[in-house]
Amino acid sequence: MTGGRHPEKNVPTRALLVLGCPEVPVQQALALHIAYNLRKQGTAVHAAGNPAVLNLLKVSDPEKHYLPTMQVLEKCIEEIVGKKRDCELCIVFAHSDAGISYAATLRHLLPESRLVLVIFGKYPEPLAAIADFPCEKIVEKAVHNPMQLKKKINGVFGWAA
Amino acid sequence: MGCIENLNYEKILPLGASFKECREYVEKNFSEFWYVDSGYKLFDEYIIGLPPIALGIDGAKIVFPYTKPCHGTYLLAVEDADEAARIRKTARKKK
Repeated sequence: MTGGRHPEKNVPTRALLVLGCPEVPVQQALALHIAYNLRKQGTAVHAAGNPAVLNLLKVSDPEKHYLPTMQVLEKCIEEIVGKKRDCELCIVFAHSDAGISYAATLRHLLPESRLVLVIFGKYPEPLAAIADFPCEKIVEKAVHNPMQLKKKINGVFGWAA
Repeated sequence: MGCIENLNYEKILPLGASFKECREYVEKNFSEFWYVDSGYKLFDEYIIGLPPIALGIDGAKIVFPYTKPCHGTYLLAVEDADEAARIRKTARKKK
């Protein structure tokens, strides 16, 4: 598989959304927000996460308008390692050091992809400090209220508020 | 894919260790260590983290970082002579 851009729009054709454990509520809301905006601009979105977060998203999006395809994270990593899956844009949510580890892994496995790391939760700054690999970081203290983080995400991707 | 819980492992560093701490621990405490990149397959699991990832070997005991998506990273030790031999063939000595 190879990455690519819509020639007429200069937007990525395929994006991968990597989600962490769903214990921080803003994540699922922002995942759907990002998926909505990406699909609106013509980008195909695939999500990966643990079964709990995937189930939350399936309940919120029963007709798969926003996230048509999802898979468990370990399977996704396996497919990327096996060159069966890639993407031009990879967005990783991290509210723990496990999330940073997955982002580091995806940086290594997808060297050509744009990697955007969304760092959130109660204490995002120490996590941002350990993410010392090439990526774009969006850092905001956010647990229940997604609005400030949404504003920053919109700013990075050039989406209207 | 396998399941790490099926292995008879010993915890060397507790949950919450950073990948850097895991690497430094292996480099300081094992005379034999090897480097791999994230995505390297060990015990039927893909190793997660920022490369280079250090794997320690002491006889047949392999020490490696393992990341649980919901929790974090910890350093495990598992005895397996065949996997140790495979690491010696497929991993590298230099970072």
